[in-house]
Amino acid sequence: MGDVITVDGVRKTYGNLTAVDGVDFAVESGEFFGILGPNGAGKTTILEIIEGLRAADSGSVSLLGASPWPRNAALLPRIGVQLQASAFFERLTAREQIQTFASLYGVRAAAGDEWLSRVGLDEKADTRTEKLSGGQRQRLSIACALVHEPELVFLDEPTGALDPQARRNLWDVLRSLNEHGRTVVLTTHYMDEAEALCDRVAIMDRGKILQLDSPATLIRGLDAGVRISVQPSVLSVHDALQLNGVDSVEEEASSVVLTTHDPSTVLAELAARAALQGLQVKNATLEDVFLTLTGREYRA
Amino acid sequence: MTGFLSLSAAILKGFIRDKQAVFFSIFFPLMFLVLFGGIFSDQSQSKIVVVQVGEIALLDDLPPQAQSAFDDAFAVTSSDDLDAALQDVRDGDVTLAVEQHGKDILVHYSDADQVQAAVAQGTLQAFVQSANLAVTGQPPTFNYSSQRVEDESLETIQFVTPGLLGWAIATNAAFGAAATLTGWRSTKLLRRLRLAPVSTRTVVAARIGVTMAIALVQTVIFIGLAVAFFGLKLSGSWWMAVPLLICGTLSFMALGLLAGAITQTVEGATSLANIFVLPMAFLSGSFFPLDDAPKWLDVVSHLLPLRHLNDGMLDVMVRGNGPESALIPMLILIGFAAVVLVVAGRFFRWETD
Repeated sequence: MGDVITVDGVRKTYGNLTAVDGVDFAVESGEFFGILGPNGAGKTTILEIIEGLRAADSGSVSLLGASPWPRNAALLPRIGVQLQASAFFERLTAREQIQTFASLYGVRAAAGDEWLSRVGLDEKADTRTEKLSGGQRQRLSIACALVHEPELVFLDEPTGALDPQARRNLWDVLRSLNEHGRTVVLTTHYMDEAEALCDRVAIMDRGKILQLDSPATLIRGLDAGVRISVQPSVLSVHDALQLNGVDSVEEEASSVVLTTHDPSTVLAELAARAALQGLQVKNATLEDVFLTLTGREYRA
Repeated sequence: MTGFLSLSAAILKGFIRDKQAVFFSIFFPLMFLVLFGGIFSDQSQSKIVVVQVGEIALLDDLPPQAQSAFDDAFAVTSSDDLDAALQDVRDGDVTLAVEQHGKDILVHYSDADQVQAAVAQGTLQAFVQSANLAVTGQPPTFNYSSQRVEDESLETIQFVTPGLLGWAIATNAAFGAAATLTGWRSTKLLRRLRLAPVSTRTVVAARIGVTMAIALVQTVIFIGLAVAFFGLKLSGSWWMAVPLLICGTLSFMALGLLAGAITQTVEGATSLANIFVLPMAFLSGSFFPLDDAPKWLDVVSHLLPLRHLNDGMLDVMVRGNGPESALIPMLILIGFAAVVLVVAGRFFRWETD
């Protein structure tokens, strides 16, 4: 498995603003790779440099073994791109949109219909894109990015403007994209999305990559322990501190929260005291990773 | 080629389904054609209205040739009520009231409109005199014949059809280019197409091709309607209007691209295109002839592409000039397009800020 993307010391400034400030990473073939960060972190800029829409001020990018800048027509059929906004022709139906894109890539029209049904838009095929819901438009734009079966696909905040329900519905589509060894690069400002979908995540803030690894490794690396909360009525803070395996205890509004690196012992102790009422067990999340890395609350 | 065709199809469908665009580029100018062609076309042939009181043998027994000449000049109504007829003359509803007593023809007129009254009397007198001459049985010593010096283009429909067509084509070309550029830029479709294996040249060619196809449809509808219903007579080399219109379309698309390059939104771009096109249409003689315009206006209007398109189309469509008379307007239109494109290129951005 070789690298399909290598990014080496890439910088990009707009006037006084440094959008990308010395970024290095590589994406392996077949990987589901996420770039995670708040708005303005530089995610879209680095993505556009990799796609060949912008030139980097310095540093180098290799895309499928070639340089994407200046516009490299030989690379274009091998990559699929979904841009942040839903980029469609005016007043065409969903089917007409995807068939237009199919023919731009020299793909038969039937492939368009197949992709419409893969993203669950069969019933909306004859609806104009202006009348589709936000989630349906995102599905269509993902289908349009994939209609020519590219080996590498870029998705820029595919769930950006969607409500939580529509986001989760779209995850099923996204999960299926890297079957058959396709590489997927996705930007998102949702922690849970990166955790749920990505093999590896680059956490980006203010133009730099703070950390890059699998979500599980990033969270484990925090050494944050497991947070177990129970109702205050069944366990006082004082009693909680007496339990074996407990590192620290906090009292919150409606719960007592125990932090531990040995959850099985703590849970056994709690069970022995019949203090499991309102029990919640929470592992650390990428949100905690971000907080630890930047010292700031994560705000999308 | 498939890329060109599918892009063209997408753009064309987008246009046909845009009711506003179809209205403003096809039906709106057609409404003006109907207005100008239908309502104003009778103005030059208004007849002198005459009331004939009682029997007038002279008018009833005109020889056939004189009768048709008389009918061209006069609209005659009959009345037996002299007082009512005189009142009509005073009110200006009719120009003359005519009665005959024996061999005397008596004509009542009003001084309210002296010119009209004088013309009417002079014309009527001529008929009386030629009747006198006919009675003598002598062949006339002098013959009178006349020929008008103006060409056919003075007739309203001959003049408005090329002008309104030029305006319609300018509107569609400028709006189409402006709206496509800003619309595609703001939805990022422009960037999306850059990431598809289709060249910028193909995208531009598809947009130009669709606009030209629409221009040809506009031309067919306009000329067809004007010929069928409003009596437009095309002169020999009218077919040169087609290459002229193609060059004109390029000019106006360049203006539209400039509008799109300067502005950010579709609304802003189409408003700016309107600001370019509508005054240009007035100054280029699309709505009224510039023959009597002051010198400075004439100079200004020659800086505008639509003026040259209108002049060229008048030359080949109705003035009967040869096909070569379209060549210079065509060169000017292409030159204008090239200059404006360079300027638009300076302002062009791939995306909105």
